Amino acid sequence: MGHPNAGLRLALAGAMALGALAGSAAAEDVKKGGTVTVHMNSEQRILNPALRASTGVYNISGKIVEPLIDKSYEGYVPVLATEWSTSPDGLQITLKLREGVNWHDGKPFTCDDVAFTAMEMWKKLLNYSSTLQQYLDKVDCPDPHTAVFNYSRPMPLDLFLAAMPDLGHPMPKHLFEGTDIMKSPLNTAPVGTGPFKFVEYERGQYVMAVKNEDYWREGYPYVDRIVWRFIKDKSAAAAALEAGEVQESGFIGVSMADIERLSKDDRFDVGTQGYENNVAHSTLEFNHRNPILADLKVRQAMYHGLDIDYAIKTIMRGFAKPGRGPVPSAGGANYTDDVTTYPYDVELAKKMLDEAGYPVKDDGFRFKLRHRPAPWGEYTQLWAEYYAQAMKEIGIDVEILTNDAPGFLNGVYRDHDFDTANGWHQFRSDPAVSTMVWLRSGSPVGTPWTNQFGWQSDEMDKMIDDAASELDPAKRAEMYHAIQRKAMEELPVIFAIEHPFISVTSKKLKNHHNTPRWNSSSWYDLWIDE
Amino acid sequence: MPLTVPPILAYALRRLIQAAPVVVLIMIGTFLLLKLAPGDTVDALVGDMGGADAAFIERLRIEYGLDQPVWVQLWRYMVKLASFDFGWSFVYEQPVSTVLMDRLGNTLLLMATSLSLAFTIGVLLGAIAARRAYSLSDNIISTLGLVFYATPSFFLSLMMMLIFSVKLGWLPVGGIKTIGAFYDGWKHVWDVALHLVMPTAALSLIYLAFYLRLMRAAVLEVAELDYVRTARAKGAGETRLMAHHIMRNALLPVVTLLGLQFSTVLGGSVVVETIFTLPGLGQLAYQSVIQRDLNTLMGIIFLCAIIVVVVNFLTDLLYARLDSRIELK
Repeated sequence: MGHPNAGLRLALAGAMALGALAGSAAAEDVKKGGTVTVHMNSEQRILNPALRASTGVYNISGKIVEPLIDKSYEGYVPVLATEWSTSPDGLQITLKLREGVNWHDGKPFTCDDVAFTAMEMWKKLLNYSSTLQQYLDKVDCPDPHTAVFNYSRPMPLDLFLAAMPDLGHPMPKHLFEGTDIMKSPLNTAPVGTGPFKFVEYERGQYVMAVKNEDYWREGYPYVDRIVWRFIKDKSAAAAALEAGEVQESGFIGVSMADIERLSKDDRFDVGTQGYENNVAHSTLEFNHRNPILADLKVRQAMYHGLDIDYAIKTIMRGFAKPGRGPVPSAGGANYTDDVTTYPYDVELAKKMLDEAGYPVKDDGFRFKLRHRPAPWGEYTQLWAEYYAQAMKEIGIDVEILTNDAPGFLNGVYRDHDFDTANGWHQFRSDPAVSTMVWLRSGSPVGTPWTNQFGWQSDEMDKMIDDAASELDPAKRAEMYHAIQRKAMEELPVIFAIEHPFISVTSKKLKNHHNTPRWNSSSWYDLWIDE
Repeated sequence: MPLTVPPILAYALRRLIQAAPVVVLIMIGTFLLLKLAPGDTVDALVGDMGGADAAFIERLRIEYGLDQPVWVQLWRYMVKLASFDFGWSFVYEQPVSTVLMDRLGNTLLLMATSLSLAFTIGVLLGAIAARRAYSLSDNIISTLGLVFYATPSFFLSLMMMLIFSVKLGWLPVGGIKTIGAFYDGWKHVWDVALHLVMPTAALSLIYLAFYLRLMRAAVLEVAELDYVRTARAKGAGETRLMAHHIMRNALLPVVTLLGLQFSTVLGGSVVVETIFTLPGLGQLAYQSVIQRDLNTLMGIIFLCAIIVVVVNFLTDLLYARLDSRIELK
């Protein structure tokens, strides 16, 4: 099946998709029961996906709270919403809601919950979503199982659909209404409609959920209990996997050396399957306020000086590919590889730097750059070190300033106290709700992961705004191709490496990584063979 | 008639009054130091979340009171602390007192067991080594002590984990209890004890060398002193000589070290706690710095300051008990 075409007002048949999944599960003899233990590297503490948009939150709460729509390898699949359609002017999106679904406390799920969550949380409080939903005026409930989203500016249906699996988790209105939402105890003890019910959360140790006996998908889930254990030390996490105490470690939760080692161990499945929707870019960011870096020729020369294939082989152990601008190859129709590229060529890089007017001086260097690496773990740090090394080859002296997370975010995004920086940034299904913030100007100073690079292009701003409200998917894809080409020509940021995340999964787990956002999904069909 | 106070109580009271300004200074100093670090807890939270828009960030800052000048924040904090209100942890979304109490027990258990083991075994081995100075057994004891002392704690911990959990499967990899087993009574105690074997062993093996070396040197020194010779001349047996005359006096420097180490007990061991995922105060303090979780960190430092004051007091009392030449003034 091709990429879902939103213009056709598709209404996917839920039964069909469900049947297909159930069929593949029945191929082997499903064993019911058992406990699945999952390794978590860091602790999000808030478990309400309608307040915090982060894979760290979905990893846990995705089993307890369900989104309206999820994504499978075949396209968007109905969860709490069963059908979706849009008005021709793009100002109204109508969802049919699933009937007979109950919250974990037994109260029925209705349109009131959707309307309440959309207006009070998605629009006001949820990171990323408050930008997406800023033109949402109101949500009407003509009947308890129909929700009509009314926008004051056109909302492309494919943008809405792309956002929903992450940014579309309804919360029970009857438990939140009239309380201070941010301070609600439910934010750390979520009540949802999902296949698992929240049991307890021991800070710094674990979160536990048990099977929801009243789940709306008949016969599911298979597993009795899920435990998420917080293990910060990556070597200890690898030991826990090997000792069989943990069956799944996602999002590159163990060191790259252990990933490579365990990938040869026949007790584990190691790979990037199931992360198609969670692709990230390892970046190189420039401070264009530095006149040297403001020179396009210098940035292009630096790109030529980076051996991306070597970095992929050594740092990412082959689990990645070269970046081609702000849309990754996992971005579907919005992606194009018809862009300018900068193959590794040291001599060319040197020549370009000479031509740009930066010859090698007596100390052996052309100029010096202060680099801030993001402290997001092993491979990000290695990428920074590789970058510094590669720049030395072409006569650029890169000094690495080590900092912790707040130090990094402040130094780069608020104080702009850097020449270059690196990190990774996640692509969230649609460019409009993710990578465009790297290119669009006008973000207030201090907003992390936005264009704080001192790069501004009226033309690019207009292209981004137009693409965000274009209703025709084909035209919209064209527009993103143009943006990609322009970004690769002008290099405001280098989207150097496109990498999905990596999971280490015990072979005892069955039906794992069978959707493009599996670690965030509900795991209703997961079972454990023991 | 003037009210007579037992000297020990008067002493305690005076120490308490002396301690108050010290604790206040520590608190203010820490607060300001943490404010000097770049970024605040909102930056850290947003970093964990993977990003947020400007309005969201602004709203969080206002809600957490981080939009106020530093002096106002400090004043508000100190006023609350005066009534022993540690405030709210924005990172854990719980009152700081709850966060601390959840972890205090684990850290105390781990540190008290490790230190007692290290102290007892270290003192014993040190005494044996000194009595048989430069013999084979002394050499073995001293060398082993040095080897464990020189082994980085993370390496020792990971090696133990590799051998006893991964290869042999005898002990759990980490954590404080078997999750989801819901043991109670003695089963629970046994479960926790099993989980503590490796971290305690790792920590005490490292501490052991301190006590061993110190005790060995002290015993060697004391054994040469006049009063030992006198005691021996009076016909005291070797056992009585060791227990009554040498050990008691040789213990003074060792007790000083124990006091010093006990003062840092609440700091826990960041490395061992992290590797064995023991939810303790050391790990919490480390995380709080990274997360700029001011209230939690201040709470830990307050507890530590109190412990230092108390342990110093107890050490002084113990000195007076061990060596009657020392008086409490």
